[in-house]
Amino acid sequence: MTALLEVSALSKRFGGFVALDGIDFAIAPGERVGLIGPNGSGKSTLVNCISGILHNETGTVRFDGKAMDGLSAHERTRLGMARSFQLPRPFVTLTIADNLRVPLLYTVHARAGARLSPRQLDERCGELLGLVGLADKARHWPRDLTQVEMRKLELARAMAAEPKLLIADESMAGLSHSEVDDILALLITLNERGVTVILIEHIMRAVMRFSQRIAVLVSGKKIADGLPDDVIRDPEVERAYLGQ
Amino acid sequence: MRLSTFVLIAIAVAAVVFGVSRGIQNDYVFFAGYVVLNYIVLATAWNILGGYCGYVNFGSAAFFALGAYSTVALHKLWPMPIPMLILIGGIVSGIVGLGMGYLTLRLRGAFFAIATLAMAVVLQTLIINWDYVGGSRGAYIIRPQNLEIAGFQLPYVQYLFALMLALTVAAVAVARAIERSSLGYGFATIRDDELAAEACGVPTLKLKLIATALSGAFMGMSGAPFPYYIGYLEPSSAFGLQYAVNSIAMPMIGGTTSWIGPLIGAVLLGSLQQIATVTISSAVNLLIVGVLLVAFVIIAPNGIVGLVQERRRARGPR
Repeated sequence: MTALLEVSALSKRFGGFVALDGIDFAIAPGERVGLIGPNGSGKSTLVNCISGILHNETGTVRFDGKAMDGLSAHERTRLGMARSFQLPRPFVTLTIADNLRVPLLYTVHARAGARLSPRQLDERCGELLGLVGLADKARHWPRDLTQVEMRKLELARAMAAEPKLLIADESMAGLSHSEVDDILALLITLNERGVTVILIEHIMRAVMRFSQRIAVLVSGKKIADGLPDDVIRDPEVERAYLGQ
Repeated sequence: MRLSTFVLIAIAVAAVVFGVSRGIQNDYVFFAGYVVLNYIVLATAWNILGGYCGYVNFGSAAFFALGAYSTVALHKLWPMPIPMLILIGGIVSGIVGLGMGYLTLRLRGAFFAIATLAMAVVLQTLIINWDYVGGSRGAYIIRPQNLEIAGFQLPYVQYLFALMLALTVAAVAVARAIERSSLGYGFATIRDDELAAEACGVPTLKLKLIATALSGAFMGMSGAPFPYYIGYLEPSSAFGLQYAVNSIAMPMIGGTTSWIGPLIGAVLLGSLQQIATVTISSAVNLLIVGVLLVAFVIIAPNGIVGLVQERRRARGPR
């Protein structure tokens, strides 16, 4: 089976600091992968390199059989890669519904043969809001939302682009037990609809429940990649997390 | 309301304005009205980049002056009717806007504003040293007394007024059309968060270039008839501080998120300045702008439109 996302020998430096050092990473279509690692291990940098916000010095990212080198972030989004941000970044001067309208207009419309009528657009926004449980907030502004609703909006906006791959960057940090379950259920529903999901998370309970496979980053290197139960028993992973 | 309906209504309003102005039987109305209309175009143009995209341009005067000076240059080179000059002035300023955008749009906030200010100074220096368009001495353009259209004599200032009125309708219609199109949503995401915009598939650089080119083009178009209006153009009047300040202050006072904001701001502030020029002195103009701007920033940071929206939201059930 060919991989949906294939990262090979990817490195990124910030001045003298090596943030990512020769990362190899592949994901099959439909997979649910957890990406974990201590703070500052390079998880977000990796996401930024994959999604095109940062440019890696060496190595390549291939998505859906195409090399991503030199493509800007919006072009990658249009090809089917979507991400949510660690800290929600809503468009604060647009209503909740209009926040979702943006990826529909700019990503779904830009793909061939997917022109939506104004009515279809409204319906699609409503559907997505219903899916994340924000239907009654459609006409509100992001400033009226709670923290968990903000994260749901962030995920809904990423989903609106109808991605093949969704990268959820710490979408549960700071949430309560039941809120984490809400978001997890949402991501699993999405995966069942055929979207490949990479989950970056610190909450181990969520990662273990969600992931079919886990990769571990420590100081810019991938130290483990495999089945969740094997990975957490890996002595090197234990050392990185518990500092033996 | 559909765009075509809006344009028809705007044309009707413009026709009424023209008719009433003619009814007053005083040419001064046209002289003063021309300036107010000019400011509506400038404020609307500034708002396309400044209000919709959130990029503050301090160089409006430079785009205005570019339009005016392309008219001066063409007037000497190859005289042609003013509508043509407006078109060419718009193209010249639009291209310069595109170039400026390409060079400076990686800068954000205050840095972008400083870059536009610097561009205005560079352009002014170039014009001062370009003898063909009069250099620092300035250039005269003698406008005819009347314009003959099909045997009908129209005073030239009324002709200029009518042209500016048409340009105003065009600028406001374009601004409103942008606001309701996907371009408008794209611009709003740039104003709010460019990184998130890219992640949603918005080609931010391309959109910003569209905004700088459009904004520059309308400013240039509004400057193109100016030499005919004023009769004598010199760099310090074409690059005047009042254009840069007014084109920022008017949308701010009216409200930057909607097409009607710059319109309200320009009509209010422009008329106030014209009245002050006649009743007090012409020097008091910028003082009025300054005081009003400070007052609005404190009392109503979202302008008159923002004030009305808040009022409405507070009253209506949610």
